[in-house]
Amino acid sequence: MNLFRNVVFVAAIAGLVAGVVLACMQAYATVPLILKAEVYEKAGGGHHHDHAAAPAATNDAMSTVAPAGNATSSAAPPGTDAMAPAEEDEGWAPADGFERFAFSVVANIVTGIGFALVLVAVSEFFGGVGNWRQGVFWGLAGFAVFTLAPGLGLQPELPAMPAADLLPRQIWWTATAAATAIGLGLIVFRRSLPLTILAVLLIVAPHVVGAPQPDSFETPIPEGLHHQFVVAVTVTNLVFWLVLGAIVGVVRRRFTATATSMRDSFA
Amino acid sequence: MTTASVSLGASVSSQSRFMQLALAALLGIFVVGFVGFSHIDAVHNAAHDYRHSMAFPCH
Repeated sequence: MNLFRNVVFVAAIAGLVAGVVLACMQAYATVPLILKAEVYEKAGGGHHHDHAAAPAATNDAMSTVAPAGNATSSAAPPGTDAMAPAEEDEGWAPADGFERFAFSVVANIVTGIGFALVLVAVSEFFGGVGNWRQGVFWGLAGFAVFTLAPGLGLQPELPAMPAADLLPRQIWWTATAAATAIGLGLIVFRRSLPLTILAVLLIVAPHVVGAPQPDSFETPIPEGLHHQFVVAVTVTNLVFWLVLGAIVGVVRRRFTATATSMRDSFA
Repeated sequence: MTTASVSLGASVSSQSRFMQLALAALLGIFVVGFVGFSHIDAVHNAAHDYRHSMAFPCH
């Protein structure tokens, strides 16, 4: 399992660094917008649940088929908002402030390593990321697959924004990422016209099918705030993927240099 | 690209190579899936801001 170990090692370093970079960018670019949106979410009053209750409502809706998307009559089962303080509805949550930030950082690092594992493993099938510049291109591909393509159909959403049921969106998101990845792979690594046409069809198909949309787009969130958020999410993710790819290139290069000089002792 | 000689694990057989890379990719997908897509409330809440910031389907 030496190859596996090496892949994990390279991915861990790259994911750690890129995850920390992403967490820092989010702290300045996206999280403040999320907190602003939560003010609107809470101020919604009346039918709206406060922030703590809203996820619980939709979490319930996941297992049933309640329309989670309707902003005004959000999918809480009757009585949820009358019952008990919201905290108890949705289970444990990190306290606002440092704890919440700390968990976001952990999530960034852990998934950074997860994305890095995918990127390193897939790129090894095609000869590996040779240097930081090739890494930047791999990073661009990752951005297109995991941010750009799913984000076209399912825009980055702020709390209190209406959305369709969670599970169909997750399925669409995953299928879109997979189709885009296969499509890009066909274009880059199979230099044939029919396969390139197939690739374009694959990339376009999820958008022809269309992402699950909410019944109503009514939301207390101002259009400007949402637009700002979409830009912030897209740009922070772009930088994350470029950094991730570049670091994979740098770390792998050092790693293989050592391995070569030590005659396969790593292999 | 200079492949085989400088790949991460030059001397493993191609079948073993495929298995190990597939395993690594699956592990990565599992990690991202668990943090970003899990329906467990506590996991959702812990990674809430992250999910929104990554444009993962949330709520």
